[in-house]
Amino acid sequence: MKTRMLKSFLTAILLLPLAVFAAGGAHLDRAPDVQGDQAALQNGARLFVNYCLNCHGMSFVRYKRLTELGLNEQQVQDNLMFSADKIGEPMRVAARTGEQKLWFGAAPPDLSLVARARASADGSGADWLYTYLRSFHRDAQRPTGWNNTLFPNVGMPHVLWELQGQPEFDATAKKIVPGVPGQLSEAEYDKQVADLVGFLVWAAEPSAAFRRQVGVGVLLFLLVLFGVSYALKKEFWKDIK
Amino acid sequence: MASNSGYEKYKSDGSLLGNVLEWFDARFPATSLWRGHLAEYYAPKNFNFWYFFGSLAIVVLAIQLTTGIFLVMFYKPDAALNANGVPAAFASVEYIMRDVNWGWLIRYMHSTGASAFFIVVYLHMFRGMLYGSYRKPRELIWVFGVLIFLVLMAEAFMGYLLPWGQMSFWGAQVIVNLFSAIPLIGDPLSLWIRGDYVIGDATLNRFFSFHVIAVPLALLGLVAAHVMALHEVGSNNPDGIEIKEHLDEKGIPLDGVPFHPYYTVKDIVGVVVFAIVFAGVVFFAPEGGGYFLEYNNFFPADPLKTPPHIAPVWYFTPFYSILRAVVWPIFGIDAKFWGVVAMGASVMIIAFLPWLDRSPAKSIRYRGPIYKSFLAVFVVAFLTLGYLGTQPPSPASELISQICSLIYFGFFLAMPWYSKIDKCKPVPERVTF
Repeated sequence: MKTRMLKSFLTAILLLPLAVFAAGGAHLDRAPDVQGDQAALQNGARLFVNYCLNCHGMSFVRYKRLTELGLNEQQVQDNLMFSADKIGEPMRVAARTGEQKLWFGAAPPDLSLVARARASADGSGADWLYTYLRSFHRDAQRPTGWNNTLFPNVGMPHVLWELQGQPEFDATAKKIVPGVPGQLSEAEYDKQVADLVGFLVWAAEPSAAFRRQVGVGVLLFLLVLFGVSYALKKEFWKDIK
Repeated sequence: MASNSGYEKYKSDGSLLGNVLEWFDARFPATSLWRGHLAEYYAPKNFNFWYFFGSLAIVVLAIQLTTGIFLVMFYKPDAALNANGVPAAFASVEYIMRDVNWGWLIRYMHSTGASAFFIVVYLHMFRGMLYGSYRKPRELIWVFGVLIFLVLMAEAFMGYLLPWGQMSFWGAQVIVNLFSAIPLIGDPLSLWIRGDYVIGDATLNRFFSFHVIAVPLALLGLVAAHVMALHEVGSNNPDGIEIKEHLDEKGIPLDGVPFHPYYTVKDIVGVVVFAIVFAGVVFFAPEGGGYFLEYNNFFPADPLKTPPHIAPVWYFTPFYSILRAVVWPIFGIDAKFWGVVAMGASVMIIAFLPWLDRSPAKSIRYRGPIYKSFLAVFVVAFLTLGYLGTQPPSPASELISQICSLIYFGFFLAMPWYSKIDKCKPVPERVTF
């Protein structure tokens, strides 16, 4: 009885901090994982170059690196390079940052690492981006005419509105409702966003897949080495009584 | 045993190699170093799991030094914005991650190594507390060890500024600002540390210099002193008894085994197991769930945008919580100053353990229930402080960290009393193996 009370007391002490801080952050939708899907990543690159790169740079990614998504250099040059001459150049923004600051109040951030930087206890960076790009709605109060429920009063307008349409915010129900329809259905739009987010995840760490591949080899080697070193230790220590 | 005298010099067998070795050994203490520190350094044969972390700390130090050398070849301590509007220091880290061959591996090993260093060192210190390794005649080993811990904290703190992300910048801003709480000299002191009114290029360059040259030199010197002091008095063991009290006719401890080959082959097993865990993090979870690489640090440093929540890296959080727990101004001096004093005291007090502990038994195996309970509560308090330090402040967390800070200091300050009255079990003559 005593030990049980002691146990529950200790558990209570250990769990207390968790209970105190259980208050959660924003709810994020889970982004589909498209990292193994080359067609999806290529589509994401196409969307990024056509919709995002006008304002947001991706200055740590060179165009040449896009060949790792299953494209050859000619395909990258013909379809994805609009503002650079050489394939070794980084994906720089087309617009000038000074003008952008005038238009939006802040220079749009470089997106090379956004998928890693936006990760939090609420979810991965991909989850945040996937939710963010599906949380825009019309708002007459904002200079751009757009607002976002995940990122209130965001400076960026809804760049993908042609695809998604123009959702409205229902203030009584406190949720986004469909407005003027766009070119895509809701499911089609979600798929496009998932591809775009997948590309951003890839761009945040292009060597991630290779890293895991190497890791498997390293771990297999270390497991063998463990067997050898353990046998060696046993052999040396067998005389010690 | 480890002194340079007392070992016969190497005698050549007449071969060429033998002659070269004899010439060399006559001019350098090669034989005595080898025999004194490895082949004839007798360590207790009953070392358990907890005794792996000393050699692992040296392994992690080697990882940090070698990966650091390669990182410095490509890293640029420059806070100026490059052509793409990104600080050059931040961009150079991403250059290492993306454009340098295997750069991602070197960088992840270094960033994971920082956390691994603290995990290993915390466990190493806890081993000392479990088995009374700090007790006479090993007080100086412990004091050197606490100095190593202090220097390691300085090394980690300055290294964390170098990627020049948001957490690097604002973490350094918060910590250096703490010095400004010292009466009279505070403001000029923090200005002197930064070299500027805010964390800036001057700060980045001096932290880089300290991180790659000054502090590692101090660290290496202290590690050498730590090991030399250990080999002078000999290792403690899980029974907390002196193996030197029972010698055979040649003067060799009956319960001792030569460090080499017995503990070299055993430590290799420990190194391989460590490498498996380390590789698991480096290759499959290099962010360590946002604790080894904080997510916010993937945003470049922006002096105009304060993050909503500035958290130090996990290994500082227990002490950071103690700092935040002090909220009362005393003698008309800002509470922040007393927080700094409490934080400094919480690290320094560890060095006094050898003189606070009055227990007749060194090892936890033979100590009584009072010490065991105090130690258990201390560990819970320390972990709670660590957790709270990662979280934004709240009234509830403030109260809990105040209670835990009291427990932390109480564990040390009340030790002369409770360790003396504790009912210890009889300590055996020889080690249990």
